[in-house]
Amino acid sequence: MNWAFIAKYLPMYEKAAWLTVKTGTAGIVLSVIIGIICAAILYYRVPILRRLVSTYVEISRNTPLLVQLFFIYYGIPKVTGIKTDAFTCGIVGLAFLGGSYMCETFRSGIEAIEPIQEESAKALGLNKFQIMRYVLLPQALSISFPGFVANVIFLMKETSVFSAISLMDLMFTAKDLIGVFYKTKESLFLLVVFYLIILLPISLLGSFIERRLRRG
Amino acid sequence: MAEPLLFVEHLLKQYGDKVILNDINLTVNKGEVVVILGSSGCGKSTFLRCLNALEPIQGGTVRLREESITHDSKNLTDIRQKIGMVFQSYDLFPHLTVLGNILLAPTKVQGRDKAEVTQEAMALLERVGLKDRADSYPAELSGGQKQRVAIVRALAMHPEVMLFDEVTAALDPEMVREVQDVMLDLAEQGKTMLIVTHEMQFARAVADRILLIDDGHIIEDEDPEIFFTAPKSDKAKQFLNLFEFHRPKKNK
Repeated sequence: MNWAFIAKYLPMYEKAAWLTVKTGTAGIVLSVIIGIICAAILYYRVPILRRLVSTYVEISRNTPLLVQLFFIYYGIPKVTGIKTDAFTCGIVGLAFLGGSYMCETFRSGIEAIEPIQEESAKALGLNKFQIMRYVLLPQALSISFPGFVANVIFLMKETSVFSAISLMDLMFTAKDLIGVFYKTKESLFLLVVFYLIILLPISLLGSFIERRLRRG
Repeated sequence: MAEPLLFVEHLLKQYGDKVILNDINLTVNKGEVVVILGSSGCGKSTFLRCLNALEPIQGGTVRLREESITHDSKNLTDIRQKIGMVFQSYDLFPHLTVLGNILLAPTKVQGRDKAEVTQEAMALLERVGLKDRADSYPAELSGGQKQRVAIVRALAMHPEVMLFDEVTAALDPEMVREVQDVMLDLAEQGKTMLIVTHEMQFARAVADRILLIDDGHIIEDEDPEIFFTAPKSDKAKQFLNLFEFHRPKKNK
């Protein structure tokens, strides 16, 4: 192992890791918002929108992220003439993929709640929005927390595909360095270490919160 | 002078082709306590749920004063605030404390001041003997305590009518009384209540009127003393016999 090489390119990885964290976090936050809205639409069986959401979920879950990214990065500009930068495309792509996963996770959480909860909220005069916001969602989020954490980790890892639209993330940096210097061992070592630095805390924090939720 | 509050006219409730309630007519006066009896599956709980449109009805009308209560009323959430309901079990919100459960609807739905509602909630909790449990979560309470909180939660909305759907049916026997005492107390205060129960002695004590539902119809609408001592219909006699025990005659 060439430690001098590692020391030299550490800052480059650090920069790439920040990019991974930034795009990943933005994509995941958007996924959660999309997921909650879609889950509410499916749960309340809103006419028309419900069909749209189901179609979206199937398309999003059954096509690879790489294909989705190519479509957004190369396809949409061809058709509409609107070109967006790789950074935005990465976030939009991740949100498109993550939204359906979050939707399904939250929906199963809402459906696991006793129907009497919704009925007693109705009897108190809460409207559908208030029932979702104050009664169903808080319970659903805690029920579906393990699935939510799994989604977060999955989506964070999926950011490695961003290199395909030449976003300078961790994966891109490693491939780049291998290509230029043939330092495969060192480059991959750094790659694994940086992914672990990002993902292990999420995983550990997730299990910690999960244990606390189960006790409460 | 009795002031009519709740009107039910020709109510029809069906699940598909199956008729659950047929041509139910009832007027409840302000301050009246109506106990609804009937064997399991006779439709008494369904009837209660039709009164705040938790169940859509297929015919007839339900009105609170002049306001019609139907599943698709525009002002359904407004009307429901005037009709409190307590269920058999599991109706407290588990992620909120006792106080959080009570405050939710008055602050979010009625937009009332939090401090004012808190003060009222604490007074009501004290009345039902649970002032020291305000910060507990439902999982930390006994069944009887949960039901008392559920009653307070409904009362905090200042409803004009209270509906009780077998609120003691899921409780251990020693906890039944503490919940019934709260309801007797409300009756004394002149709350208008409709109560579905299987507890005959409680029904007799609390009721101004007893309704007996059988096969989707109201077959008795009586003063409790008359109902329990000299029921008119055979169905009522049969029903009351279910609660009578005769000492077994032993040979020798």
